[in-house]
Amino acid sequence: MNASFMKRTIAAVAAVGALATGMGAAQAEDVKVGFVYVGPIGDHGWSYRHDIGRQAIEAELGAETSYVESVPEGADAERVIRQMAQTGHNLIFTTSFGYMNPTEKVAKQFPNVKFEHATGYKRADNLSTYAARFYEGRYVAGVIAGKMTKSNIVGYVGSFPIPEVVRGINSFMMGAWSVNPDVKVKIVWANTWYDPGKEGDAAKALIDQGADIMVQHTDSPAPLQVAENRGVLGFGQASDMIKFAPKAQLTAIVDNWDSYYVARAKAVADGTWESMDTWGGINTGMVELAPYTNMPDDVKALAEETAAKIASGEFHPFTGPIYDQAGELRVKEGEVADDGMLLGMDWYIKGIDAELPK
Amino acid sequence: MEWLVPFILTVITASTPLLLAASGELVTEKSGVLNLGVEGMMLVGAIAGFAVTASSGSAILGILAAVVAGVLMSLIFAFLTLSLMANQVATGLALTIFGIGFSALVGSKFVGFAIDPLPALSIPGISAIPVIGPILFGQDFLVYLSIAVVIGVGWFLAKSRAGLVLKAVGDSHHSAHAIGYSVIKIRYLATMFGGAMAGLGGAYLSLSYTPMWAENMTAGRGWIALALVVFATWRPGRLLAGAYMFGLISVMQLHAQGAGIHVPSQFMSMLPYLATVIVLVIISSDRAKIRLNAPACIGQAFRPAQ
Repeated sequence: MNASFMKRTIAAVAAVGALATGMGAAQAEDVKVGFVYVGPIGDHGWSYRHDIGRQAIEAELGAETSYVESVPEGADAERVIRQMAQTGHNLIFTTSFGYMNPTEKVAKQFPNVKFEHATGYKRADNLSTYAARFYEGRYVAGVIAGKMTKSNIVGYVGSFPIPEVVRGINSFMMGAWSVNPDVKVKIVWANTWYDPGKEGDAAKALIDQGADIMVQHTDSPAPLQVAENRGVLGFGQASDMIKFAPKAQLTAIVDNWDSYYVARAKAVADGTWESMDTWGGINTGMVELAPYTNMPDDVKALAEETAAKIASGEFHPFTGPIYDQAGELRVKEGEVADDGMLLGMDWYIKGIDAELPK
Repeated sequence: MEWLVPFILTVITASTPLLLAASGELVTEKSGVLNLGVEGMMLVGAIAGFAVTASSGSAILGILAAVVAGVLMSLIFAFLTLSLMANQVATGLALTIFGIGFSALVGSKFVGFAIDPLPALSIPGISAIPVIGPILFGQDFLVYLSIAVVIGVGWFLAKSRAGLVLKAVGDSHHSAHAIGYSVIKIRYLATMFGGAMAGLGGAYLSLSYTPMWAENMTAGRGWIALALVVFATWRPGRLLAGAYMFGLISVMQLHAQGAGIHVPSQFMSMLPYLATVIVLVIISSDRAKIRLNAPACIGQAFRPAQ
């Protein structure tokens, strides 16, 4: 009883203290922003792009930032997040799905610290969520692939069969079929986000089986690099990978968190931060397409047009009618899939000749 | 059967780094030293090779740098465990952790660099022979080197006088010492050879297999190499077979998926490890056999003044 009373008192005192400093703050320099990364910032992929966003906060606001990389999703994450909350960070970004429960738990204990969790769905007064509609970029990539493939076989290296990845495959194939109904996809699950050797081997297996376009939903440049060495085409993932594949990269689906991170840090400084859910697409700049290369001008024009239509809202990649593999109508003609369906997507669309691992 | 040749090529490349690192570790362990730092030495070799190749443009210099870096890492280990008699298991683990961090630190400047992969052997006429040509005569030289190293290690341990001395040191350091062999010096050399081969295995990853630098890019291959040595019961011939079997299983599962064979991919990913456990059980069931090959003094510190 006493201990819990003490805790509450301390929390209340801390809250008042934070409020007092918070009122005087409104200075970007006083904002201290923390980042928790699931991988090394040297992965040239997911964590690397988040770290570019962190650097943008430092560059544009002059705010102090810090980060902890390669934090496993689990008990360690909670400790790292709590440590950050205790060391004077006012805003903490936790940048992987698996940090959802630890972030929620710590957010409850530190009501004065603002939390932002990437790709999750649990929110609170001091906990926002954000993610990007990468499937929009994948649709554009699909259109390009449909135009560029000669063997009509696309090789797809997946990480894990989670909705984010499945949605990407569906979106990509709808894009490809919109210009070339004969395209087939072969999917290999690497069961890892990050193992260059294995990702590369998966790409080799797909190319050996006739794929002449390489798509990946894993984090290292290895699959694209294999495409370059084998003389086929492919797409970069998370960041522009043109350096690894100057002759192979058609475009890359680039994660760009810079403007979002800067805006949120600024909001904390101004005291205008509010809990919200952001799912930004091409229109917000969160999803970027790297320069279109290694393709004829008409394909490039088509890709640009498709991206522009998606950005303006004129076209939604998941426009009905959409059937699943069992032939069941999931999205009616003229309607678009709602976000709930997209976020929980665990089925392939009709026409994909593969079985989704359960 | 069109896919067969590229399939075999992929298996060979997937097995090569394991083979290099494991044959080095085999020699180290045969001398009675258990160096669990293979993963760390491979990573340091990988970044050293990549950094030097990217800066100088010469892959040969890069490979030499990887070997030197691997040897330096193993010298840290050797100094701590052989001269200062620190615990080998703990020191080896520390070496791996150190290697992961150190390679990441040095490598942070090299993220996003691209280099040309090692050139493959090309003998006009012969490399173009169907099937045999690309498999036997179309690899880069580290692949040939890895096989030469295993054969060399096999010959060294079985036929050479120095190899017998090394095994004697690993089996009974006090006896070897009593006859007049320098246990510490021999163990130093064996550990350095292990470091050199681990560095080379790492360089194969960063220069040929996936020509780039990425943090922690060995992704556990150092640990597989360690398992392979036990799996092979310290025999070079079995090591060769084991490394190729590991490569085969890991590549086969990716091919099966691409071909639409509906086996759960998680199960397929598990297969190499399952195979190790099964083979270990089979081999270990014959106690006499495993005792015959396992270095009796493995992991024990040697104190000459007794």
